[in-house]
Amino acid sequence: MSKSARKWLHLLWIVPVGGLAVGAVMAAKMMYVPADLDLSLSRTTESGLYVSSLEPGISPVAIGSIHSWTVEVTTPDGTPVEDAVISVAGGMPQHGHGLPTSPQVTQSLGEGRYLVEGVKFNMPGWWTLTLSIDGSSGSDEATFNLSL
Amino acid sequence: MLRIGTAIVTAGLALTLLSACAPQGQNSSAPWSAEEIALITALSLSRLPELPPDPSNRVADDPAAAALGELLFSDTRLSSNGEVSCASCHLPERHFQDDLALARGVGETTRRTMPIAGTAYSPWLFWDGRKDSLWSQALGPLESGVEHGTDRTHVARVIAAEYTQAYAELFGPLPDLSKLPAHAAPAGAPDAVEAWETLSEEQKDSVDRVFANAGKAIAAFERTIVPTPTRFDAYADALAGGAATEGLMTEQEELGLKLFIGEGSCVNCHNGPLFTDNHFHNTGVPAVADLPADLGRALAVEQVATDPFNCLGAYSDAGPADCAELKYMTVDGEELVRAFKTPSLRGVAQRPPYMHAGQIGTVTEVLDHYNSAPSAPAGHSELEPLSMSAEELGALEAFLRTLDYDP
Repeated sequence: MSKSARKWLHLLWIVPVGGLAVGAVMAAKMMYVPADLDLSLSRTTESGLYVSSLEPGISPVAIGSIHSWTVEVTTPDGTPVEDAVISVAGGMPQHGHGLPTSPQVTQSLGEGRYLVEGVKFNMPGWWTLTLSIDGSSGSDEATFNLSL
Repeated sequence: MLRIGTAIVTAGLALTLLSACAPQGQNSSAPWSAEEIALITALSLSRLPELPPDPSNRVADDPAAAALGELLFSDTRLSSNGEVSCASCHLPERHFQDDLALARGVGETTRRTMPIAGTAYSPWLFWDGRKDSLWSQALGPLESGVEHGTDRTHVARVIAAEYTQAYAELFGPLPDLSKLPAHAAPAGAPDAVEAWETLSEEQKDSVDRVFANAGKAIAAFERTIVPTPTRFDAYADALAGGAATEGLMTEQEELGLKLFIGEGSCVNCHNGPLFTDNHFHNTGVPAVADLPADLGRALAVEQVATDPFNCLGAYSDAGPADCAELKYMTVDGEELVRAFKTPSLRGVAQRPPYMHAGQIGTVTEVLDHYNSAPSAPAGHSELEPLSMSAEELGALEAFLRTLDYDP
């Protein structure tokens, strides 16, 4: 391959990369959810202390309806974590705002399950919910993705 | 090799992202992707769910209460000068608003009158959401010194004198109000406050109950005020049913709709069949020079939390489990500062001026505001500049006019 051909080949790299940049900007503006988003509702917490699972109290999760979720927390070997102190936060990463409400854990349902009340999503798109769990093994957190 | 592999993946991803945003065709017969059709049909009035019950108002869906409420709504005796009723600012022939930047009752207020259609779906009332039900909202203007300029004792006395039977049939016999002063309230005019202090707790409770019930009747009437279908709805329904959309919207209106649900991000907040998320946002709307600083939602949260007429209060018919919006309300944070409620866009082009104090005169100027996204006078604006062309802004405006109500 000649030197100039190599130069042109090199320039060709700019097209997809430039395209990606434009695409990413447009995607952000158009609030499309990233294609590879992990939507699993069961996750190991950041430092591996717990496995936490979420279950919505309404199906499908409707925009604008205040509702509850159930959280389940176990240790990695599956033992239910009782008496954990759990707080819930969240928001829309692409918009930079939080949840419209302030959900709270209002009840321990037993066997490592907890009731979270006051959850609401006020627009379609990519949301996150972060559980901060302070339990028998220490403090840890897990962030879940939702596509509404 | 790895670099080439990465490049292929990168290029593929770029194409995927680009094709997600690109029009699927330039002619009007097939301009929409499946995602876009989902977003559009979610905006149709035919997707509006049945009006949710209001557990805090036992008579919310009682036709007799609505009939009484309709009379109260236009009764000017419920004002200090005998000239102001709810209908003075919420003009039925003007989609229940008044076309003024700042509403005028017995004096001038600091906010724009909001239309009523569809507000029964909102958990929060007023621009700042300082009320959590329609019935509680109706009580606010009655005691505002610049709106009706009257007080709860006067309201109760008018009800007792003029609506005795209708009231009793709905709420039971009226208490004896004959020994009460003409004007008394816990806040407002000094004479009325002084008179309120002389009342027994039982008398105060009697007045508060009649006052709250008046609000509940007005709310029952307001729940019957619903938006009517527009040209956009015909288009969205045709699209949803796979029917021909030709002739229902122009190509310019279709482009505006595409921008509304896409690049303009308008649909983020103006979502659902009422084109509102019923939430509060700081969009950098300029302050009004002659008015006191308005912090919007940031001040309202405490007002609604301590309001004796809220969902959890003594005059609410709801149980605590019915008051989730109030219980789990966000009460602090910068997001509340100068945040105001997203208004519905139904009929929007027919009712200038715009924003919470009528700061912006025309739809064109509103779109210019969103396009340039100025910084907020307080708090932080959620807007990002759109950098749209005049053609695109014109298309958005054309689309908004497809939400006009029939004259």
